[in-house]
Amino acid sequence: MAEVSYEQATCIYPGAERPAVSALDLAIRDGEFVVMVGPSGCGKTTALRMLAGLEEIDEGSIRIDGKDMVGVPSRERDIAMVFQNYALYPSKTVGENMGFALKMQGVAKGERAGRVREAAKLLDLQDFLDRKPRNLSGGQRQRVAMGRAIVREPKVFCMDEPLSNLDAQLRVQTRTQIAELQRRLAVTTVYVTHDQVEAMTMGDRVAVMRLGQLQQFASPTELYDKPDNVFVASFIGSPAMNRFDGTLENGGIRAGGALLRPSDQQLHAAQGHGKLVVGIRPEHLSVGGGGELTLKVALVEDLGSDSFIYGSLADDPDSNIIVRSGRDHPRPGEVIKVGVDTAQLHLFDAGTGRRIGG
Amino acid sequence: MSADSMTAQAGPVTPAPEYTGARKKRRHNSLTLGIVGWVVGILFFFPVLWMVITSFKTEAQAYTNTPRVIFSPTLSEYKTVFSSGLWPYVANSAFATIVSTILVLVLAAPCAFALSLRPVKKTRDVLFFFISTKMLPVVAAIIPIYIAARDLHLLDNIFTLVILYTAMNLPIAVWMMRSFFLEVPGELLEAAEMDGAPLRRTVVEVILPVVAPGVAATALICCIFSWNEFFFAVNLTATRAATVPVFLVGFISSEGLYFAQLAAAATVATLPVILIGWVAQRQLVRGLSFGAIK
Repeated sequence: MAEVSYEQATCIYPGAERPAVSALDLAIRDGEFVVMVGPSGCGKTTALRMLAGLEEIDEGSIRIDGKDMVGVPSRERDIAMVFQNYALYPSKTVGENMGFALKMQGVAKGERAGRVREAAKLLDLQDFLDRKPRNLSGGQRQRVAMGRAIVREPKVFCMDEPLSNLDAQLRVQTRTQIAELQRRLAVTTVYVTHDQVEAMTMGDRVAVMRLGQLQQFASPTELYDKPDNVFVASFIGSPAMNRFDGTLENGGIRAGGALLRPSDQQLHAAQGHGKLVVGIRPEHLSVGGGGELTLKVALVEDLGSDSFIYGSLADDPDSNIIVRSGRDHPRPGEVIKVGVDTAQLHLFDAGTGRRIGG
Repeated sequence: MSADSMTAQAGPVTPAPEYTGARKKRRHNSLTLGIVGWVVGILFFFPVLWMVITSFKTEAQAYTNTPRVIFSPTLSEYKTVFSSGLWPYVANSAFATIVSTILVLVLAAPCAFALSLRPVKKTRDVLFFFISTKMLPVVAAIIPIYIAARDLHLLDNIFTLVILYTAMNLPIAVWMMRSFFLEVPGELLEAAEMDGAPLRRTVVEVILPVVAPGVAATALICCIFSWNEFFFAVNLTATRAATVPVFLVGFISSEGLYFAQLAAAATVATLPVILIGWVAQRQLVRGLSFGAIK
């Protein structure tokens, strides 16, 4: 268990136009489960590999329990890593795979076998210890990779999209298992994923990255309720937040063809910002309601418990609006009135993309 | 309606005429290719078959103008071959082959590892340099090699052949093994590094088991090349260090060609390579197709 901190940590690949990770600052608490999330090429995996010692730290530093890791080789960092493709040793059995790190540490054979058995029990792998990885299913391989990490009792777990090769059902199941295991072991964990649902459901805190830069580092709830910028607002949440261009007008904000009246505090904060981006989550729009917006329905996704209505504003056919609705929903082609819960509006500066107000 | 009744009502299925035509054409093509394949295969195999058959004939039978297919086989030529001092030649060949192959593997493995998994800026140039050494015909280098060997008092010395065979096979071995090492996922190395394994143990415990079929294939190729090498052996050895191919030439004398004896000796000379190839067959097929199949 350990505290991990990135301090202006930067990684620049030779010949690259911009740093893969640029001046990253993160302070991860002891035993915390931190998820790094972002689209492809955002630098999340590089940031993880910098911590693991698999990428150089070109500027700044990364500290584990206060000790600077610059120049410290991976094998001396006491970090266990779960790779995207598991990277199990094909010529070794499950037991040998799990015990390899202990063997390298010079742990006696008897103790090694005991610890491997213990980890195998935790992951329900007792019956597979003598099998080779090629004779295991994807889910079992994933568990072996986890087992290889936990058997070492390291200071930090690094996990690089460990669920991406599993099918949807197994992914949900394993997601819960990993989160539960991490809570039980209380080992500081850095987990990388591009799946924001994984990020929101697993992490104590989530670091959202884009183009090598940290966008926001906060709890899942805070990310959802108070995104720091337009990118986080649109990346977190499924379906994504609705966004309109807006301007201040007559004590309100003109957006989507309607005059919306946010809180006084938001209005006050928006003064002097000129052009705005107004955001509203699909669940904060309602069919009927105040009826501020007029929507032409293009498509309805019926999920059983509720439905999502996709459409465009009547006076802006290029706009994309998503409304969460109940089981009774309009049909495609209908023109409906949609109400806006103005207490839930998010305002951003159109130029900088930064959040305005609280 | 049940699935069975639906099938029953559907009646016999008649394929569309274009479909049957295409299938016929495809079958015709594969038949032609099959015949061509067999003819080519037999053409390649025929000299070997002829050699083995002739080795069981007497010299007189071997010389009949219309070669006889039916004859009473004899081992007399094999007896002659074994009694004419074959074993020292076999020992020399075996020594040169085994030692040079071991040396090649020991030198090529770290080299291929570096060139594949730890590449640097000039890796491609280094690889080209290796293969360029095979572009020079051996005959062009034989005089300087001969003079060097003579001045170092290494003529008719088996270690000269060991050195030359090592040098001869090293570029091919580096290229072959590099292609096998390239197939090793980089994450395996990283996993071993994270598990605290130093480089030597990573290579021995993680990498080598993965590339074992490739190493076996490389070793076999080196063995075959060394065992069959003739040019260096005939030019640089005389009596003490001569190898099996040199022994075979002894049957082509000024008094004439001893076909049956030559065939018997050649069959004996071929056996070890066939034996090794047969034993290593599974590894070899895996090794040679290693790069093609992920």
